[in-house]
Amino acid sequence: MKTHSDTVAEDALRPMTPEVRGVGRLFRSVRLFARRNPLSAFWGCVAVLILSMALFAPIIAPADPLKANFRRMAKPPDMESYFGTDQIGRDNLSRVIYGSRVSLIVAIAAVLLGTTTGSLWGLASGYIGGTFDVVSQRIIEFLQSFPDLILAMAISMALGTGQGTVIIAIAITRIPFGGRIVRAVALSLKEMAYVEAARAIGASSFRIMALHILPQCVAPYLILATTHLGVAIIIEAALGFLGVGIPPPTPTWGNMLAGSLTSLIPHWWLVFFPGLAITVTVLAFNLFGDGIRDTLDPRLRGTR
Amino acid sequence: MHKYILRRAAFGVLTVFGVSIIIFVVMRLLPGDLLAVMYGEGATKLTEADRAKIMQELHLSDPLYQQYFRWMRDLATGKLGASFFRGDNVADLILRRGPLSAEIGLLAVVISWMVGLPIGMISALKPNSVLDNSARVMSILFLAIPGFWLGMLIVLALLFWFNYKAPLTVVHIWEDPWANFQLVIGPAAVLGLGQAAYIARMARSSLLEVIREDYVRTARAKGLLERFVIVRHALPNALLPVITLSGILMGFVLGGSVAIEQAFGVPGLGRAMITAVIERDIIIVQNLVFLYALIFVIVNILVDLSYAWFDPRIHYQ
Repeated sequence: MKTHSDTVAEDALRPMTPEVRGVGRLFRSVRLFARRNPLSAFWGCVAVLILSMALFAPIIAPADPLKANFRRMAKPPDMESYFGTDQIGRDNLSRVIYGSRVSLIVAIAAVLLGTTTGSLWGLASGYIGGTFDVVSQRIIEFLQSFPDLILAMAISMALGTGQGTVIIAIAITRIPFGGRIVRAVALSLKEMAYVEAARAIGASSFRIMALHILPQCVAPYLILATTHLGVAIIIEAALGFLGVGIPPPTPTWGNMLAGSLTSLIPHWWLVFFPGLAITVTVLAFNLFGDGIRDTLDPRLRGTR
Repeated sequence: MHKYILRRAAFGVLTVFGVSIIIFVVMRLLPGDLLAVMYGEGATKLTEADRAKIMQELHLSDPLYQQYFRWMRDLATGKLGASFFRGDNVADLILRRGPLSAEIGLLAVVISWMVGLPIGMISALKPNSVLDNSARVMSILFLAIPGFWLGMLIVLALLFWFNYKAPLTVVHIWEDPWANFQLVIGPAAVLGLGQAAYIARMARSSLLEVIREDYVRTARAKGLLERFVIVRHALPNALLPVITLSGILMGFVLGGSVAIEQAFGVPGLGRAMITAVIERDIIIVQNLVFLYALIFVIVNILVDLSYAWFDPRIHYQ
C-alpha cells in the first residue's frame, strides 16, 4: 500500500519539466510546486494578494489616503473606518493599502538593482580573476563591514530623500551578497570542460560569460532575489520610521509608524496595523522564497 | 597562533581604511549646498566672500585628499571635530551617549546566548518535540517582525496596562543602576530575543551534526553520563558555527539598535545618529558611521580569533 510519504517522495523524484508545453506546462509546474511545498504555496498566494492590493490600491481603498477629515480625527477602528483614522482624520486602512505600493516598488526595485549589479560584478570577478578579482573582493568586503541599516541611512542622507534615493541606498547594501555567491558559481564553472571547449574554439571572454556562464547563474540569482525581498522591505520600513526614507505625505508603512509617534501617547491602531502589514508581507515573501529555493536548488534544502 | 593573529589584524586595518574611504566618498557626494544646509534660509544672504571664509574655516574648500587626511589625523588623535549646529564635540557625544548603546548591545548578545543556546540544545536532543517546533516557528516569525515595531508595541502595552514609562534621560549605570536597567532592558530584550531565534536554530543543526560523529559514540560507549557527552564533548565543536553566526548577527544588533532606540525613546548613540542624519550634520554622521563599522570589523576579527582558539586546525593552514 502506498502511504502519503511515498507519494511525496515520488513527486520529489519526478522531473520538473514534463513534456507539456506553454500554459499547460506552467500550470503543471505550479501544481507540482504547490504539492511539494504546500506551506510556501499558501504564502505565495498571500504574496500575490498583497501585490494585487498594491496594484489595485485606488479600487480597493475605501477612501483617499491623503484626504484629511477634521470631524473624525484619531478615531479608533469602527464600522466606518475599519483600521481607525489618524491624527488628522485620514483613513488608516486606505493608508496601509497605499503604503504597500511604496514598500513593494522600493523593495523589488532595490533588490533587482542590487542583486543584478552584485551578480554581474561577481560573475566578471570570478571569471576574469587576477587583480580585478582581488580588488573586487576587497571592495565587497568593505561594503559588508557596515551594518546594513547604517550604510543605507548614510547613503540616503548623502543623496537626499526620495524614492529613487531609498532604492539606491538599499540596493547598495544588497550588492555584496550577489557578488559573493555568483562569484563562487562562476569560479567553479570556469573549470568546466564545456567552458574550456568554448575557449579552445576561440570564443571571447565576453561571449563565454554571457552565453555559457550567465545561464547557469540564473538559479542562484533567483534564490538571492527572493530571499532578500523581505530584508529590503524591513530596511525600507526602518528608513521611513527613522525619517530618512520617503517623506510624508506619501503614506509608507515606515513613515506611518513614525507619524504615530507624534502624539504624546501613540494610538494603538496607528502602530499596530502598519507593522502588521510589514510582518505579513515579509513573512509571505520569506516563506515563498524558501519554497523557490528548495525547488531550484535541492541541495540547500533545510539550511535555514 | 601569533602569526595568525597578526595576519588577521593586518587585514582588519586594511578593511578599516577601506571603510573610511567609502564613508568619505559617500559623505562628499552630498548634493546641494553645504552652507544652505547649515544656515537654512540665511545662506542666500551670505556674500561670496563670507561663503569663501566659512568654507575655509571648516576646511571644506581644501582638496578632497587633504580633507580626508585631516579626518584621519583627527581620528588618530581622538579630536573628532564638532557638530555643525551646536558646537557639540563629537568625542564628548560618543562618551556621553555611547555607554548606553554599548550596554544594550552587550546585554542583547548575552540574552541571545542565554535564551538561544539552551533552546537549541533541547531542540537537538529532542527533535520535532513541541519546543523544537515552537522554536522553528519563532525563528520564522522573528525574521519577519521588525524589531522597532515590536519595541513600539511593548512600550504601548506597558503604558496601556501598567501605566509605566521608562525614564527618558541619559542615566548611566554608575549613577543609578535601577533607572539605567529600566532604560536598557527593553531594547536589549527585543534585540536579544530576535537573535536568540537564529542562535537556537544554528545550535540545533550543528549539535545534531556533531552528535552523529564517531568520537561522540566513543564517549557514550565508554559509559560517560549523557550530560558529560553533550556538554564536554559535543558542545565545544557544535559551538563554532554558532559563534560565527553571532558575529554576523552583530551587524543586526548595531543597525537594529538605531531603530530600536528610537522606538523605545532611549537616548543612546543611535538616537544621536538619527538626529544628525536628519539635520545632515555630516561631521557627526561621518564619525558615528565610522564608529559603528569599526565595532563591526573588530567583532568579526574577535570571532575569527576565537574560532582559531576553539579549533586549532584553523591557524595551521
